[in-house]
Amino acid sequence: MSRARGTGESLKNFPFFGVISIIVFAFLYVPLVFVVGYSFNANRVVTVWKGFTFDWYAEVLTNNDIQRALMNSLRVAVVATMMSVLLATGLAVGLIRMVRAGRTFAWSLIMAPLIIPEIVFAIGTLALFVQIRVPLGVEAITLAHVAFCIPFALLPIRARLRSIDLSIYEAAADLGANEWPIFRRITLPLLMPGIVAGALLAFIISLDDFLVSYFLAGPGGTTLPVYIFSMIRNAITPGVNAVSTLLLLISLLIVTGSYLITRRRRY
Amino acid sequence: MAATAGSALRIRAVSKTFPTPEGGEVLALDAVSLEVADGSFTVLLGPSGCGKTTLLRCIAGLESPDSGEIELKGVRIDDVPVWKRRVNTVFQSYALFPHMTVAHNVAFGLQMDKLPKAEIARKVDAALEMVRLSGLGARRPSQLSGGQQQRVALARALAKEPEVLLLDEPLSALDLKLRRGMQTELKRLQRETSITFMLVTHDQDEAMSMGDQVAVFDSGRIVQVGPPRDVYLAPRTRFVADFIGEANILQGTASAQTITVPGFGVLSTDALATDGVAAADGQVFIAVRPESVTILPAADGNGTVVDATFVGGDLHIDVKVGDVVISARQAGAAPGALSAGDTVRVAFPSGSVRVVEA
Repeated sequence: MSRARGTGESLKNFPFFGVISIIVFAFLYVPLVFVVGYSFNANRVVTVWKGFTFDWYAEVLTNNDIQRALMNSLRVAVVATMMSVLLATGLAVGLIRMVRAGRTFAWSLIMAPLIIPEIVFAIGTLALFVQIRVPLGVEAITLAHVAFCIPFALLPIRARLRSIDLSIYEAAADLGANEWPIFRRITLPLLMPGIVAGALLAFIISLDDFLVSYFLAGPGGTTLPVYIFSMIRNAITPGVNAVSTLLLLISLLIVTGSYLITRRRRY
Repeated sequence: MAATAGSALRIRAVSKTFPTPEGGEVLALDAVSLEVADGSFTVLLGPSGCGKTTLLRCIAGLESPDSGEIELKGVRIDDVPVWKRRVNTVFQSYALFPHMTVAHNVAFGLQMDKLPKAEIARKVDAALEMVRLSGLGARRPSQLSGGQQQRVALARALAKEPEVLLLDEPLSALDLKLRRGMQTELKRLQRETSITFMLVTHDQDEAMSMGDQVAVFDSGRIVQVGPPRDVYLAPRTRFVADFIGEANILQGTASAQTITVPGFGVLSTDALATDGVAAADGQVFIAVRPESVTILPAADGNGTVVDATFVGGDLHIDVKVGDVVISARQAGAAPGALSAGDTVRVAFPSGSVRVVEA
């Protein structure tokens, strides 16, 4: 309708439209520019630009503590991703068969962690682990990450599962396939884009988690975000910027990689 | 239980209810019985929601009947799971596997039968050739037109060489021209493969042109079964007369061998029994096909022409007789023979009147 188009037009002509956009983008990206830019600053005083250098990267990459923290982060993220995706896939496929009322309730239960304050989850997990004597450290962090990654992994898998025409499963059964061949040859390949997206989401969420990891780290369980936090407690050094930039780079690489992979397989 | 020779499928008193969202129940199949001859083309015809698709799904094993028996080649299959039944379905939505090529789609069912690779390859080629898709085996379903996807679905089901091929409104998604072509194609495939075909449709023209046998469904029951011509010429109920072809349905009063219809006087029913059809007060329904109605100009006639239009080579005439409008067709009538306002005599020749159940 012309009225609807008119509204769109007037919105475009809204005088502050451009300004607001710039403010929003600045809000989102200036901090990042800051971190990345100053990670190349050849001055020990972070906020004064002196010249370009890779020194901080060299220093950070040869720092044993940072290396250990990065390895911890990757170990946690890889295991948590695999476990949560496995569980989320099973849950999604299993729940689709549940009766309607039970299914809605089950979904709300599974999705609730998305809105539960993370600090509550962190304290609860810590209290539980201490109670049942799970030693704090990388394994404890991994367990907790598996738990809170499940809803994130589940979101895209569930969306994908819902988009599959039910008659496709019926056709497979009609052609002589029972449960396992249907899952292996039909359900799993069709779910793959959702599984990849879910894994990606879980990996990123796990990789940059601070709060839960901080509570459960214990001695030797320091992950990269926890280590970065401990660095700035003393002072914001250019090294912090360099580590943060590396973390940002890892995330970007993963997102880009998975985007390229999923783009190729489109039906 | 011994099977009648030549019977591919035997359905006995199959019933199925579904729960409604409101918490009630709907009877989708009400003690349906049907016999399907081996190598025949049977069409299940009826309006949407009449239960015809439910029966098809019960035969396929995608639904389980509440009661009744289904026999395939003399063996009961009610308890045989869907993947073990030697029947295959062409789904209304085609239900092709989008992540597989056309050839892999067709091969899927054969792989499930664990056939040797070479045999699978041979059968896939043969099936694709049969539906005239040779050379498109490497494509994805999304790269094919709707008509081609339909053929893949057919090839996929036919490659399994089922005892019965079930087709669930396979042509409803195609445009008219493509549909006519596919109707001929399906008839050809059925003749060439000698596989028993069972097709569900709500399109009476489709049913008439394709079926050796037509089963007409009304509200979960089969109301009439027979060759298309018989069903057309001798509709058993008012619903069948109305649903298949066009019919003038009139109400009259039966007595002995005659029926009196207001405006038409006393009609002979040609010894058609009205027993068990007429209501207690003798009220009966009769059906007359438009092409059987005779219309002659007559000053003392019983009707007035409301409309007369040429459609193709036929003159379509609507005549008002008393309170009802009678439709008639005259083949080869001269233009201008009749026009609106003319007074005419409308008559039903002997043998054209069918007494139908309400």
